[in-house]
Amino acid sequence: MKNPLFILWLIVAAALTFGLARLVDNAYFYFAGYVVLQYIVLSTAWNILGGYTGYVNFGIPAFIAVGAYSTVVLHKTTSLPLVAMIAIGGALSALLGVGTGYLTLRLRGTFFSIATLAMAVVMQTLVTNWDFVGGSRGAYIIRPATVQYLGINYIEYLFLIMLGLSIFAVATARAIEKSRLGFGFATIRDDELAAEASGVPTLKLKLIACGLSGGFMGMAGSPLPYYVTYLDPASTFSLSYAVNTIAMPLIGGTSSWLGPILGAILLGTLQQVATVTISSAVSLLIVGVLLVFFVIVAPKGILGWFQK
Amino acid sequence: MSGAQPILQVSGLSKRFGGFVALADIELEVKAGERLGLIGPNGSGKSTLVNCLCGTLRNESGTVRFQGQPMDGLAAHQRTRLGMARSFQLPRPFGTLTLAENLRIPLLYAVQTRDSMPEAAIDKRCMDLLRMVGLHEKATRLPKDLTQIEMRKLELARAMAAEPKLLIADESMAGLSNQEVDDILALLVKLNEEQGITIILIEHIMRAVLSFSQRLVVLVAGRKIADGDPRDVVRQDDVVAAYLGS
Repeated sequence: MKNPLFILWLIVAAALTFGLARLVDNAYFYFAGYVVLQYIVLSTAWNILGGYTGYVNFGIPAFIAVGAYSTVVLHKTTSLPLVAMIAIGGALSALLGVGTGYLTLRLRGTFFSIATLAMAVVMQTLVTNWDFVGGSRGAYIIRPATVQYLGINYIEYLFLIMLGLSIFAVATARAIEKSRLGFGFATIRDDELAAEASGVPTLKLKLIACGLSGGFMGMAGSPLPYYVTYLDPASTFSLSYAVNTIAMPLIGGTSSWLGPILGAILLGTLQQVATVTISSAVSLLIVGVLLVFFVIVAPKGILGWFQK
Repeated sequence: MSGAQPILQVSGLSKRFGGFVALADIELEVKAGERLGLIGPNGSGKSTLVNCLCGTLRNESGTVRFQGQPMDGLAAHQRTRLGMARSFQLPRPFGTLTLAENLRIPLLYAVQTRDSMPEAAIDKRCMDLLRMVGLHEKATRLPKDLTQIEMRKLELARAMAAEPKLLIADESMAGLSNQEVDDILALLVKLNEEQGITIILIEHIMRAVLSFSQRLVVLVAGRKIADGDPRDVVRQDDVVAAYLGS
């Protein structure tokens, strides 16, 4: 399928999702749906680096935080529309991605992962000690009740924004997959030395992957302050973001753009249902159990069942 | 020596790992279109030399010139793009890509940076290369389905896909049967004679090296101890001593 046609299908799917949400007509649906959509963006972003090039990033909360806290700063200092804040948050986060990539490019495997984990800890320390964004006390964001020009609630608006970001992220990931860039990423995952010998500029490609992946994570994090209305370092840098974002592509399958979506919808929905019906602690247990199950039964994720 | 211009000039090349001198002051010239054999006992620095030539390792001193251009500071992928290709001692295929896709990589990343190639031409070239090494029927298979010799053929085909002027084949025949060795040798000679590709063959199998090489270089303990006509070189006392003990 050509890319424009695929984007059209994505838009149709998104319109149906939004139509369904309107039909249900329950504000909680938007709150829960936002989280699932956010995870579609996050896990798709993670998969660009983790699935395509094979570099496992544990520093997801740091990228989310760059997006979220840049929104806090912009909210306090400017009156930019949310879409502009997302663009800025995404750009800053992409920069962090490239920077992290540049500093850790000599590290492979577990060492790279540990470095990204350390980067998240450093970022948390910085934010916790940054008074302007509330430090450890956190920051309050008062969001408008409605969006005038669309005539919808603000939470519906946030849902719609996240739907748009999901389309953007998924379309990008799919476009990369079978492109020259995607083949380059795959050679890095398979064998970096052989990739260089075949003319692949591995360093440059790794930086591109880090930048794209970080950028989308930042964009997913940018609307967060408006969603939670109270942003504090402890919950922004929560380990559950990292665990969920990594678990979803692994459960869905890392080999294709579809995997992260499947994982995010399955795991995200299960967690939301469990949070409401049982308790929020159970949602983390679900991740653990599912992850163990998939590692044993289907190491290549749901997609792996359908491939030879 | 008369005739063709040197395609590769190595002068004063040294490489050490900590206190261990892997290569000491290597001088080497390879003429365009030549078939050069490089031999030496295990650990003599053959693969290290290949890695220094191809940019996988950085040499501490000395220079490598390819087509007259110094290669100092150029990364491996840049050297590949300029026309220097290598195969690895142990085949390193891209495991998640099909055979055709494996060959697509150098076409996309080395050949296309020199001149553009339409999509259809790339597909055709991949199949032609696979046919050259007799793997065209397995184009959509993954490398894990290949036998040892097929793997080595894929390795050579991938190096060839980059359309090199100089091909460095690092022990592409280790562990193969006599017949298989002859197959690979015939392929290499064909590439050299029909396409004029300069080939450096690193090999342990004497029969193969002697029938292939026009000139033979011997490395022992990181030093070049002989360089010349293969028949003469293998009779030199120090070469015999290096292999059989004195």
